[in-house]
Amino acid sequence: MILTYIELRDGKIKKASLEALSEGRRKAAELNQQLAAVVLGVGKEGLAPEIFAYGASQVYFLENPAFKQYSTQDYAFGLAALAKKIAPEVIFFSATALGKDLAPRLAVKLGVSLASDCTQVIVKEGRVEFTRPIFAGKALLSVTLKSSPKIATLRPNVFPLAEATAVLGDVIKESISLPEDRPRAWVADILEEQGGELDVSEADVIISGGRGMKAPENFDLLRQLSALIPRSAVGASRSAVDSGWIGHQHQVGQTGKTVSPNLYMAFGISGAIQHLAGMSSSKVIVAVNKDPDAPIFKVADFGVVGDLFQVIPSLKEELKKVLA
Amino acid sequence: MNILVFVKRVPDTESKIRLNPGANAVVEDGLNFILSPYDEYAMEEALRIRNAQGGKATVVTVGRDESLVVLRKCLAMGADEAVLLKDPLPETYDGLRTARVIARFVEKKYPDYGLLLFGKQSVGADNAQVPSMVAEFLGLPQVNVVVKIEITGDAGVAYREIEGAQEKVAFPLPAVVSAQKGLNEPRYETLKGIMMAKKKEIPIIPIEELGLSPEELGPQIEITGMAMPPVRQAGRVVTGPPEETSKQLAGFLHNDAKVI
Repeated sequence: MILTYIELRDGKIKKASLEALSEGRRKAAELNQQLAAVVLGVGKEGLAPEIFAYGASQVYFLENPAFKQYSTQDYAFGLAALAKKIAPEVIFFSATALGKDLAPRLAVKLGVSLASDCTQVIVKEGRVEFTRPIFAGKALLSVTLKSSPKIATLRPNVFPLAEATAVLGDVIKESISLPEDRPRAWVADILEEQGGELDVSEADVIISGGRGMKAPENFDLLRQLSALIPRSAVGASRSAVDSGWIGHQHQVGQTGKTVSPNLYMAFGISGAIQHLAGMSSSKVIVAVNKDPDAPIFKVADFGVVGDLFQVIPSLKEELKKVLA
Repeated sequence: MNILVFVKRVPDTESKIRLNPGANAVVEDGLNFILSPYDEYAMEEALRIRNAQGGKATVVTVGRDESLVVLRKCLAMGADEAVLLKDPLPETYDGLRTARVIARFVEKKYPDYGLLLFGKQSVGADNAQVPSMVAEFLGLPQVNVVVKIEITGDAGVAYREIEGAQEKVAFPLPAVVSAQKGLNEPRYETLKGIMMAKKKEIPIIPIEELGLSPEELGPQIEITGMAMPPVRQAGRVVTGPPEETSKQLAGFLHNDAKVI
């Protein structure tokens, strides 16, 4: 059995979890195994049809009042109890903030190693091989895991969504009792970022600015472009972040986030090696830069040599036309 | 409060990575190695907490003799002590193995710790596994990817980055916390610090002496291949008046790439 962890944010299934479920469905078919999914919370059975639609034949709903709010320790406890009971061969998480926090803890409870942030899963002669970027994408590492279950986190925005179909499966509810005297961390509050901006790791389109943006207020130009484009987010190079022009959570590259959006737009970014590592797996890259020799043009599918302060206003108008 | 900081020696982020495919390894010749940037934030935070609250800040790495350099950097920044857990193997990419070594070391040698600090991930292996795994081995609470820490008495609050938001997480001590960029601005070493760090003796503990079985020290991850990412081809580059180039760009995005 392949078990996929389903992550919820504000009660809804994250797209990254549906991607992991879709990959689970493909691998389950190759390995001739069943696909199951697990949700933690209280009264979440209403989500079952959406999960069945992506190919799971069983959905486990683990319940405890403590599961209403994410806690690494409680969630790992619940998942370990289930994994010991149903003994899956493979467990998929998505490599989100939560998945990266939770999967290693579960791996220790089950005594197994973990493949993090994978971008490819291949079945070879019955063995599962995981490929993952290292050095923020400067190289790729392929591994197999010697122990079972094989746990992997899958990078968001990489694995294609399967086509949803209206099928039914089994809903299995399990009540989990947690240890009483556990020294645990708990989430006291969630502070949403101002403007409710999408995170670069989840965006379909990233509109990034570098040193060429010249000043913090000029990032408003990128925010205006982002406002036009659905599921887009504003990104930045390290030099823009280190100059204090924009928060580091927007940083793309080796000390920021490694991203694979459908479209990466680089404005005034020269293309330092640590930046290119973090965005070169984007499906389409376009760049606007004054310097025709900027390394970013070596990876861009379409480049404009020009002044971004002149190009962006007219690009905005052109995009409005094609989006209309 | 006594704080343990775990750090790693990694290739500089500006480095070009070359592979030795026969050996499934990174070519180390010609690489410049540094203290992993996220570990530097962890080290800095340990010094700030120690300076405010007293106690000792001890820095630890798992690695070969070459890693002594990053320990000396941490001593020069102001760490009180440093320890090298000497690993005979090169990079295994197996977070479980590293975490097991660290957890056993902490249990045996530093049972009086109050806080274990890590970088959120090493720059290179990019696993982001070891902090959580150590926490689980030791039965401790954890907060990862932290941009702010407040310690009061025997409890703490840390702000953790998630997608588009921050979680404010409360936890009892002892605990594991991993650092994200933005936590602080690491200090530079002083000349006096560098001189003192040179003289300081760094104990070296072979990991085989921690009482772990050969199975526990054997990697559970098998490297089956290493490769360079596919090389991207440079596409079309246009110049001209902005009205024209922006029209061409919008046309490319909409009609050719079909991404907008």
